[in-house]
Amino acid sequence: MLSKEEIKEIDKAISIAPYKKAASVEALKAVQQHRKWISDESLQEVASYLEMSAEELDSIATFYNLIFRQPVGKHIILVCDSISCWVMGHDKIKEKLSELLSIDYGQTTADGRFTMLPNPCLGTCDCAPAMMVGNDLYRNLKTEEIEKILNKYS
Amino acid sequence: MATLYIDNQPHEVTSGHNLLEVCLTLGLDLPYFCWHPAMGSVGACRQCAIKVYKDENDKKGRLVMSCMEPVTNNQRISITDAEAKEFREQIIGWLMTNHPHDCAVCDEGGSCHLQDMTVMTGHTYRKFRYKKRTYKNQNLGPFVNHEMNRCIQCYRCVRFYKDYAGGKDLDVFASKNKVYFGRHEDGTLESEFSGNLAEVCPTGVFTDKTFKQHYTRKWDLTMAPSVCQHCSLGCNTIAGERYGSIRMITNRYHGEVNGYFICDRGRFGYEFVNAPDRVRQPVMYGKTVGRDEILNEIKKLLKESKVIGIGSPRASIQSNFALKELVGKNNFYHGVPENEHDMAELAIQILKEGPVRTPSLKEVENADAVFILGEDLTNSSPMLALAVRQAARVKPMAEAAQAKIPDWHDYATREFVQDKNGPLFSATVHDTKLDDIATEKYYAAPDEIARLGFAVAHRIDPSVPDVNQYSEDLKKLADRIAEGLKKAQRPVIISGLSSESVSVIKAAANVAWALNKTNKNTGLVLSLLECNSLGLAMMGGGKLDGAFNAIFHSHADTAIIMENDLYRNGSTATVDKFLKMCRQVIVLDHTPSPTMSKAHIIIPAGTFAESDGTLVNNEGRAQRFFQVYEATDVIQESWRWLLNMGVNAGNERMSQWKNFEDITKAISEEEPMLKGVETITPPANYRIAGQRIPREPHRYSGRTSMNANINVSEPKPPEDPDSSLSYTMEGYRGLAPSSMIPYFWSPGWNSVQSVNKYQEEVGGHLRGGDSGLRLIEADTNKEPNYFMSVPEVFYPIADRLWIVWTHHIYGSDELSRKSASVAQRVPKPYLLLNPSDAEQLKIAEGQPISFEVEKHLYELPVRINKTMPQGVAAMPYALEGMPATGLPAWGFLKKT
Amino acid sequence: MEKPLTQHLRPDGKPLSLKEYEQVGGYQALKKVVKMTPQEVQTLVKDSNLKGRGGAGFNTGLKWSFVPMNVPKPKYLIANADEMEPGTFKDRVLLEQTPHQLIEGMIIAAFAIQASEAFVFLRWAYKTAAEEIERAIHEAHEAGYLGKNIAGSGFELEMHLHTGVGRYMCGEETALLNSLEGKRATPRAKPPFPQVSGLFGKPTIVNNVETLCCLPHIVNNGAEWFKKLSLTQDAGTKIYGVSGKVKKPGAWELPMGVTLRELIEEHAGGMQDGLKFRGALPGGASTDFLVEEHLDVKMDFASVAAVGSRLGTGTVVVLDDQTCPVGFVKNLEHFFAQESCGFCTPCREGLPWIEKILESIENGKGREEDIKLLDAHTRLLGPGNTFCALAPGAMEPLQSALKYFRNDFEKHVKEKGCPHSKKSKYQIAN
Ligand SMILES: Cc1cc2nc3c(=O)[nH]c(=O)nc-3n(C[C@H](O)[C@H](O)[C@H](O)COP(=O)(O)O)c2cc1C
Ligand code: SF4
Ligand code: FES
Repeated sequence: MLSKEEIKEIDKAISIAPYKKAASVEALKAVQQHRKWISDESLQEVASYLEMSAEELDSIATFYNLIFRQPVGKHIILVCDSISCWVMGHDKIKEKLSELLSIDYGQTTADGRFTMLPNPCLGTCDCAPAMMVGNDLYRNLKTEEIEKILNKYS
Repeated sequence: MATLYIDNQPHEVTSGHNLLEVCLTLGLDLPYFCWHPAMGSVGACRQCAIKVYKDENDKKGRLVMSCMEPVTNNQRISITDAEAKEFREQIIGWLMTNHPHDCAVCDEGGSCHLQDMTVMTGHTYRKFRYKKRTYKNQNLGPFVNHEMNRCIQCYRCVRFYKDYAGGKDLDVFASKNKVYFGRHEDGTLESEFSGNLAEVCPTGVFTDKTFKQHYTRKWDLTMAPSVCQHCSLGCNTIAGERYGSIRMITNRYHGEVNGYFICDRGRFGYEFVNAPDRVRQPVMYGKTVGRDEILNEIKKLLKESKVIGIGSPRASIQSNFALKELVGKNNFYHGVPENEHDMAELAIQILKEGPVRTPSLKEVENADAVFILGEDLTNSSPMLALAVRQAARVKPMAEAAQAKIPDWHDYATREFVQDKNGPLFSATVHDTKLDDIATEKYYAAPDEIARLGFAVAHRIDPSVPDVNQYSEDLKKLADRIAEGLKKAQRPVIISGLSSESVSVIKAAANVAWALNKTNKNTGLVLSLLECNSLGLAMMGGGKLDGAFNAIFHSHADTAIIMENDLYRNGSTATVDKFLKMCRQVIVLDHTPSPTMSKAHIIIPAGTFAESDGTLVNNEGRAQRFFQVYEATDVIQESWRWLLNMGVNAGNERMSQWKNFEDITKAISEEEPMLKGVETITPPANYRIAGQRIPREPHRYSGRTSMNANINVSEPKPPEDPDSSLSYTMEGYRGLAPSSMIPYFWSPGWNSVQSVNKYQEEVGGHLRGGDSGLRLIEADTNKEPNYFMSVPEVFYPIADRLWIVWTHHIYGSDELSRKSASVAQRVPKPYLLLNPSDAEQLKIAEGQPISFEVEKHLYELPVRINKTMPQGVAAMPYALEGMPATGLPAWGFLKKT
Repeated sequence: MEKPLTQHLRPDGKPLSLKEYEQVGGYQALKKVVKMTPQEVQTLVKDSNLKGRGGAGFNTGLKWSFVPMNVPKPKYLIANADEMEPGTFKDRVLLEQTPHQLIEGMIIAAFAIQASEAFVFLRWAYKTAAEEIERAIHEAHEAGYLGKNIAGSGFELEMHLHTGVGRYMCGEETALLNSLEGKRATPRAKPPFPQVSGLFGKPTIVNNVETLCCLPHIVNNGAEWFKKLSLTQDAGTKIYGVSGKVKKPGAWELPMGVTLRELIEEHAGGMQDGLKFRGALPGGASTDFLVEEHLDVKMDFASVAAVGSRLGTGTVVVLDDQTCPVGFVKNLEHFFAQESCGFCTPCREGLPWIEKILESIENGKGREEDIKLLDAHTRLLGPGNTFCALAPGAMEPLQSALKYFRNDFEKHVKEKGCPHSKKSKYQIAN
């Protein structure tokens, strides 16, 4: 069941759209905010709230890479793998992360703390390499700092 | 008109189209995938690339997608330009990077659009040397098979299923080169039109699952033009046979009737032909006998007894006519219930004597306002529902046209139009699958639906009586509907027999007639119940009750019952009594029924597949279907059996009728309403260049050896005395007359896309005109003779429920439900109730309810539906073992 | 040197509040505009020769002029703040630090086309910007710059922030519209153009953030002033940026038309020690390489086009002599293949194939014919051949790399591996 807050957020998105379906991306975002990912069940709930079929909504959900249709960890690590970060050695950052967390891209740590994903350009190319953990952006990364950064996230 | 220079040759073409359409209409071979004549262009596949030049001096040109460019006057294009050709070839190259190259084991092989285009573009060598991506397939239910690895991502499937047919449970998922077409999870496709995916998909992703179970290459099928037997719309089909069984039904394009599509009942309902319990031998008094014994016995009975004949709305006019001739005019009865009989006659009266024309399905698609009274079209006449779905876009599309967006520009028009729809006004007993596009929905008892119709008609022409005791809300509703219809240029009113309400049909006629006073383009569609309901009603004959009474009152003692299960059409008690009182019951049918189980003599009739015949659809269009294959000497058309009987018994007139043509001519001469039916196909001696039209493709294989296990010498192919089709692969390879196209094929076009070559203009009429003969044309200048009696208000009554039928696409039709695939979709009987009625009766969803209706005691589980009107309950129409008559009526609740 | 767009950036990176913005002349342009006719605003902007900063460089005033004026509400104005072009980080500065400037620009643009609703389409990753814009919209609303009867003029405008959920395609203006409609971000065919049938089928203008930010200044100071800011015929200033192995990567507002050399050597401090300049993408991932011989090219739309590339977003990505150009291009093509929406065949199937070829070349499994195949793809995926500009954009760095660094490709094939193998050890499967 959609929670009160979820419904409030979805209703807000509906209020500025000419029809309910148009709020689908906002609705998925709102529910993901609360539940971390969009399970089949969540998908059904949102779909029926927006008077869409599960197929219609899933078609949209699976298009966008930041709507998660699989369980993810508590914190999402997005490692920029685009050109400036590549030039500046993002591979070392990624390797360090893999070493510390024992996960590869697309995987979640055994304790469920982190999921690591590659992400296109984070728009901070002058401060490459960069990554985001949750909502926090880290720039000019050095492998030595990574452990300290991760420790901030329980 | 415009002049278009293609590779420097001038061509006169019609404007308003895109370049691809124009090139195809000119007969040029230009490859494409995502474009579809009924669905327009989206520019996804990039296969149809050509060059466009600014003027004669432009030598370089610009590569464009021909499906996305409107034709303009004096435009210069090139199809043969080297860059365009290279690009088109490379498109196949790209598509093939992930295609599994599994033609040898693919059901599509041999009639595959992708194969054709691959050959057409000359792509022969694969340069991609990496791993291919693979997908998981889904189980999509009994009708459609799924093999995603073959997908070339043309998006046609979702465009048809969602955008065109309004389906909700098929979509495209993910992005980049991982896009996936299917359902959100495994499960049966819910759309009633899902089978069209098999034809719309250019490769083997979506294929006919029933075909797979007895697969044959399409070139190995013996095929004949046929007409669907499963509702009154008369969609054109192609039926294919191998080794004596029907293997597949596909759409047969008809520019006025079904266009490119058919419904799933029509496509998958054919398996009754192959059913293991098919009647295959004559049986006399419990013993299997031969042909002569039967004929001699009948000869004796005809001489000694007083014989009546009961015809059938699911049998051809030839069979009904032959029966009538055999037993005599006065002893021939239509085998339909009283109510249905009266309604069919009323329908004829309305269509013939009223001023409003009945439009074809194609014309319904072009209506700019629709008012449906009392019909759940998706279930009773599915393709009509599909046509209405298109009509709902007509008015919004006109706005797009004003913004200069051409109608073939599919996504652009959809983006412009957004969710605008209609007007579509729907008045039904409960919710229907068209509700999602309805401008106004009204759920009520049939009499109330009729009252709304009267109210609307009155608002259009005050000489129609208004309804009394009408609430303000309903008055406003009627105002809105009347306004919407008056504003339309081509309004269509739709009603039909499935409401079982004469008042509803009359109300619909009133609305149409009132509109016609000021708008001669008004249309009125009345759907009927069976494939030849109208044809039968056009022939004289008594009511079924007359047949019962003839036996009950000893005016007769023997009955020949043709292709009719009386238990569907009369109450069990009456039919029991009738069959018991008959000294002899002779049943002529192909499919066992409770009636047959009580017959003394059983004669195996041919199904549509083993028969030639003519049916009249709800539009009044007489259409012929052809025998697909010769059956055994004892399985033959009912009419042929009846002719044999007549001849054997010395009926002189019948002795003169040697074949299909003779009997059809006799019908034309004798039945005033069926005049001209013999003209709808060329005569049996028709030849093109001295040749017949072959039922088998020229690649048909195995003819000399396919029966070698029985007999090594190749049997002589059967002759067809009834038509100019041959049973072989030899014959004329060019275009057949439109009524006689056994399959679509053209050099280089082995898939169904070859239909383009058969049309005057792609997506338009078949060359030489679409087939069939409209037997009813209205005189729009006539003064309407309105129906004046408005039904009374419907009041619910305590302890009773007004019980009406609700139709099911799978289950309500007698024959298609015998199909193993369709059988899986048939619902269990139930009673549909409004929640407050259920609450009052203290019954929850799924619990049983007992009631008596027309002396029949039922105990059915309850289904609750909040759109059901109070005091009204609905029961599925004519499920197996349930009658198709007796409702609507009061049901008296029994305490449980 | 005037830097209208960035003149009020604060050292702490925090944006000006509404009050502070008003104190430095903010929203004066808006007050001026609402006294003009929409036509006058359009003419002013057309005359200023402002060209879109989103990459295509189309005259902004001209683009607006295709919007039908006398049609019923609503019409839409959208700020394209999706900035996902690899190597691009110029809008971020404006979004995070000058939200009111953007909003004022949007109101001016909306007035010019008489739009009644506006959206900022912001990419997911710009979290700070999201907060600042949300706050600024709220402030502007409170102050009567948004809502009904703006600045007493009778003009009304509602503004909303939409944050995306990934996908580079969302930056393509028609795909952006689909995304805003809650659909898959696949592009739309043009025509019909968004000006006629855009968001929810209504007339719509999509402008880049930087484009919009120029507007208040053009209104305040006039078209002539704006043209004079530039060193060339393309008007205004431009936010340029440099990334890669230079000493001081960053972004700077400079007169339109500074040279590439000036950008790299002066503003970015030159190459890192020990490295040589090998080439650069002048304006993001979907532009052609420029090489040493082009260092003196003026960085404006026409001049960069004249040497076979595009100004694009004006944010330069530098390739140094120690970085493998094949690996560099492979990274780009991986990006494009992954970001293809999957709608049209050449892009959906062609780009992954290119990526696979580059990967095999890089890993020493390349064959001679592979290079020819790459050549063919750069031609076959050219403009007009695909549904939108993503794939042709993807071909720009590839075709120019094949031109300028062909030797490197051939060497990879011949020597069965990457000569920069020290680096390639770290190459990871993306
Ligand atoms: C694949 C693709 C991605 C794009 N991404 C962006 C983007 O992130 N931001 C942007 O302003 N323009 C982007 N554009 C350009 C837009 O389509 C559009 O031209 C621009 O927003 C118009 O604004 P302007 O006229 O102010 O330049 C992209 C184009 C393509 C083809
Ligand atoms: S499934 Fe078939 S129809 Fe649908 S996109 Fe794929 S190939 Fe086309
Ligand atoms: S996604 Fe635009 S060209 Fe393919």
